[in-house]
Amino acid sequence: MQPVETSVVEALRAGDESAFRSLVAEYGPSMLRVARMYVGSRAVAEEVVQEAWVAVLNGIGRFEGRSSLKTWIFRILTNIAKTRGQREGRSIPFSSLAPDDEASVDPDRFAENGHWASPPRSFGPEDRLLSDETMAVVDAAIAELPPSQAIVISMRDVDGFSAEEACNALDISETNQRVLLHRARSKVRQALEDYLG
Amino acid sequence: MRLFKRRELACIELVEVITDYLEGAMPARKRRLLEQHLTACDGCTAYVEQMRRTIETTGRLRAEDIPPELEERLLVAFESWKNA
Repeated sequence: MQPVETSVVEALRAGDESAFRSLVAEYGPSMLRVARMYVGSRAVAEEVVQEAWVAVLNGIGRFEGRSSLKTWIFRILTNIAKTRGQREGRSIPFSSLAPDDEASVDPDRFAENGHWASPPRSFGPEDRLLSDETMAVVDAAIAELPPSQAIVISMRDVDGFSAEEACNALDISETNQRVLLHRARSKVRQALEDYLG
Repeated sequence: MRLFKRRELACIELVEVITDYLEGAMPARKRRLLEQHLTACDGCTAYVEQMRRTIETTGRLRAEDIPPELEERLLVAFESWKNA
């Protein structure tokens, strides 16, 4: 364990409420966002998050630091969310990837020799990308993704998980994680291009 | 793998392996091939730039804060755990 993490874990074990509060502030929003992608409603996602924290507290005495605290917490969260989603008849296929028939870019944009017929252009000035409308386009594009892709891009690109952290939290292989991330990013890029173009 | 048997990379192939490249998950030989392609292809250079800006923009989305009622419930759960 990293020294900082050791002190957080020890504080939590000792029942330090401020340590708990700061962990909730740090990870809670991402946990809620991820949970929401597994289950049918916001209310159920909140229950999942609560259940996850109770499991974290009950398990913290046994936490050995073989993974990071963050990975461990999200692993607990995704397991609970998965179970809950299954109970609702929603199961998210992470491993059974559809064959690679989804093109990242519309094949019609390429000439017969595989080179661009209709090449992309610059997204233009930064301020347009930063606008609330553009952010809403990104948000909507993520909401339309299959849940496994939405979860991976949220963890990686919104919440800043490393590839390794995302793989461990979701218990999926690196390749699998990368394929899901690729599909997700490609679609969000397309949405931005459609909007900005 | 099959994409790289030839010595040249087509744009339609680059868009499928760009994440491997950006993630640093591409073997050196393939990476060289891709970078070679980029030096000569404005379309793909723009594509990679769009992809980088897509990632940056996605990174500006913020998760909503935990609603206060949930935070309250979590603190109650914490108290009862602590006193158990």
